[in-house]
Amino acid sequence: MVNAAEYEDRPWLDPEAEPFIKVQSVSKQFGDFTAVDSVDLEIYKGELFCLLGGSGCGKSTLLRMLAGFETPSSGSILIDGVNMNDVPPYERPVNMMFQSYALFPHMSVEKNVGYGLRRDGVAVSEIEQRVQEMLAMVELSQFAKRKPHQLSGGQKQRVALARALVKQPKVLLLDEPLGALDKRLREQTQYELMNIQEQLGVTFVVVTHDQEEAMTLSTRIAVMDTGRFQQIGTPTEIYEFPNSRLVANFIGNANMFEGRVVENGQDHVIVESRHPECNFYVDHGMSIAEGSKVWVALRPEKVMISKQQTADGNTNTVKGMVHDIGYLGGTSTYRVKVGDEHLVEITSPNQLRPKDGNPPIDWDEEVYLSWEPSSSVVLVK
Amino acid sequence: MSTPGETLATADADPKSSLLQRLTRLAQDHWRTLVLFVPFAWLLIFFLAPFFIVLKISMAETTVASPPFTPMIQWVDEGIMHIRVVVDNFAYLWEDDLYVDTYLNSLKISVTSTILCLLLGYPIAYAIARSSHTTKHILLMLIILPFWTSFLLRVYAWMGLLADQGTINDLLIALGLIDEPIRMLYNTFAVYVGIVYTYVPFMILPLYANMEKLDWELLEAAADLGAKPTTTFFTVTLPMTVPGIVAGSLLVFIPATGEYVIPDLLGGGNVLMIGRVLYNEFNANVDWPVASAVAIALLLLLVLPMMLYQHIQAKEAQGS
Repeated sequence: MVNAAEYEDRPWLDPEAEPFIKVQSVSKQFGDFTAVDSVDLEIYKGELFCLLGGSGCGKSTLLRMLAGFETPSSGSILIDGVNMNDVPPYERPVNMMFQSYALFPHMSVEKNVGYGLRRDGVAVSEIEQRVQEMLAMVELSQFAKRKPHQLSGGQKQRVALARALVKQPKVLLLDEPLGALDKRLREQTQYELMNIQEQLGVTFVVVTHDQEEAMTLSTRIAVMDTGRFQQIGTPTEIYEFPNSRLVANFIGNANMFEGRVVENGQDHVIVESRHPECNFYVDHGMSIAEGSKVWVALRPEKVMISKQQTADGNTNTVKGMVHDIGYLGGTSTYRVKVGDEHLVEITSPNQLRPKDGNPPIDWDEEVYLSWEPSSSVVLVK
Repeated sequence: MSTPGETLATADADPKSSLLQRLTRLAQDHWRTLVLFVPFAWLLIFFLAPFFIVLKISMAETTVASPPFTPMIQWVDEGIMHIRVVVDNFAYLWEDDLYVDTYLNSLKISVTSTILCLLLGYPIAYAIARSSHTTKHILLMLIILPFWTSFLLRVYAWMGLLADQGTINDLLIALGLIDEPIRMLYNTFAVYVGIVYTYVPFMILPLYANMEKLDWELLEAAADLGAKPTTTFFTVTLPMTVPGIVAGSLLVFIPATGEYVIPDLLGGGNVLMIGRVLYNEFNANVDWPVASAVAIALLLLLVLPMMLYQHIQAKEAQGS
C-alpha cells in the first residue's frame, strides 16, 4: 500500500506495476521503408504519454498500429493484457481523436458524438443522456443540433474529443490534438485536455511534433527519430538530462560544445573544450574514460551573463562579445561571440528595469558568461 | 487658367477616347452580365427555341403538306388572325393504351438499368477511387476508352456476341455446357445488356468524382468508434456519396428513357420503348404533331421529377 501511494503519479517507477499498454519489439515496414524499427514501450494506466518527433519519424505509424489501422510487420501490441495483433479497430478498447477531427459532415454534433454508442447498441435513452453529459463537459450543449461545418476549429476539436471519450475507452489516442488550433486556443485547450484526463483517468497517448505541447501535457515523453525511440522520460528528465545531441537539440535550444574528457573524477568530470577555450566542470554522475571525445550541452537559460568578471580562471566561464540581442519583454536573448566563430545563446530574465545605475547590456560589449557545475550535460553521442 | 483639372476635362470631351472609355467602363461594370450572356444565349437559341417549335408542332394537326402539319397562326382575312391550338394529340396519348404502356415500359427499363448501372458502377468507382495514383489513371482511361469507338459500332458488336450463332452461344456449345443456343438477342435481356453496357461509364465517372473527394479518414473514424465495415458503408460511405449517386443516376436514367438505337437494334420489334414509338410516328406515320406530343410528354416525364428533387435539395440547403 505504501508503494501504491508513493508511485501514484509515477507508475513507471513502481517495480510491481503492470504496464497497461505493452509494445514489444514492434516494427512496421512500408515496402523498403522502415517506419517503425523494433520498438519497445510500456505505458501505464492513467498516463498522459507523448510520442514526440519530427515528421516521418514513425510516431503516427505507431499510433495507427495502436488504433488498429496498421498491422505491425513484426512484434506485438498488448492492451490491458490482450494481444491486439488480430483485433480489428472496431473491436479495440481504444478510441482515437484524429488530427483532421474526421467528424462526419452529414451528421449533427450529437449524432457524431453518439455514433460510437449506437454501434454498441446502447439504449436510445442512455445514448441521449451520455451524449448530453459529454457535450456539457466540453461546453458544447447549445451546439448539439449543428452540423460540423457550422462550427469553429476549436469547437470541432471538442466535438472530436467528446466523440472519442463518450465510449469510455481504456485508451484515448490523440493525433496532433492541438495542431489545427491557433496559439491562444492551443494553450487553453491544452489545460482542458489535462483536466479531462485527470477527471476520467483514461490513459492518453498523444502524438505531436510540438515539443512545447509535449512538455506541458505529458507525464512521460518518448522522443522518436527514424523509427526508434531516442529517449523516454519525464519532461524534466528529457529537458535537463538529454541522452544525446539529437534529443538536446530537439527539445528546446542547447549550446553544444565539442570537447575531450581530461579528468574523470568520482563525482565529476572535466571536459576541455577548444572552441571556445574553456573547461567544463560537470558535477553530476557520469563516468567517462579520460581522453574520449564528448559534447557538452548547455541550455541558454542556465548561462549567466554579466559585464563584470565573476570567476577566475577558465572553468565554467568564458569571455565574449555581444553579437545580437533579442528583447522579448520578459526575457532577453543574447547571442555572444566567444572565440572567433562560436556563438553562444543566452536567455536571461529582465528582472530589473534598466536605469542609470543599471545600464543594459549593449551590442558589441564585452561580457562574461558563467554557469553552475550542475548546469551542463555531457553527451557521448 | 490652364490647371491640371482643365486638361483632364478637355481630354474627356474628346469624343473618340470618351466612347472607348465609356465602353471600357461599361464592360467593367457589367462584366458579370456579359459573361453570363453567352451561355444564356446558347441555351436560348439551341434548347429553348427548338423546344417551343416542337411544342408548337405538338399543338397542330396533321395535314398533307410540307411541312406536314397545320400552321398555328393564319391570316384569315385582312387583319383577322386565326390561332389554332389543338390539344387532341395529348389526349390521344393518354387514351391510347399503346402510348401509356410504352411510357411505363420505358420507365421500367430505364429505372431497372439505372439500378443495375449503380450496382455495377458503385464498386468499380470505389475501387478506382481507392487505388494508387498510377493505377487510378489507367483504370479511368479504360473506362473512357470505349468512347473512342462509335456507339453504333459497339451496339452492333453486342449483336454479334448475343446472336443465336454469336460468339457467346458458340463458346457455350463448344464447351458442351448447352446443346442449343440460348436466345439472348431481340428481347428485353439484350436491351438491358446494351443499356447497362453503354451507360455504366456515365454512372462511374460522377461517382468517382464524388468519391475522389471523400475523406477516407472518416471510414477509419467509423471503424475506430466500433462500426464494422458493412455498418461503416451504410452509415458513412453511402450517405457521403449520395450526390454522386444522384448525378450518375440522372445521367443514366434520362438518356436511357428516351433510348432509341439500343431497343431498335438489340430488342428487335419485341421491346417497346418510347424512342422507337417516336421514331415510328415521325417517319413511318409521318404524324409530326403526335410525334412532337410524344416528345413533349417524355420531356415532362423526365423534367418534373428532377425539378422536384432540386426543389427538395434547395429547401434542405436552406434549412441547414
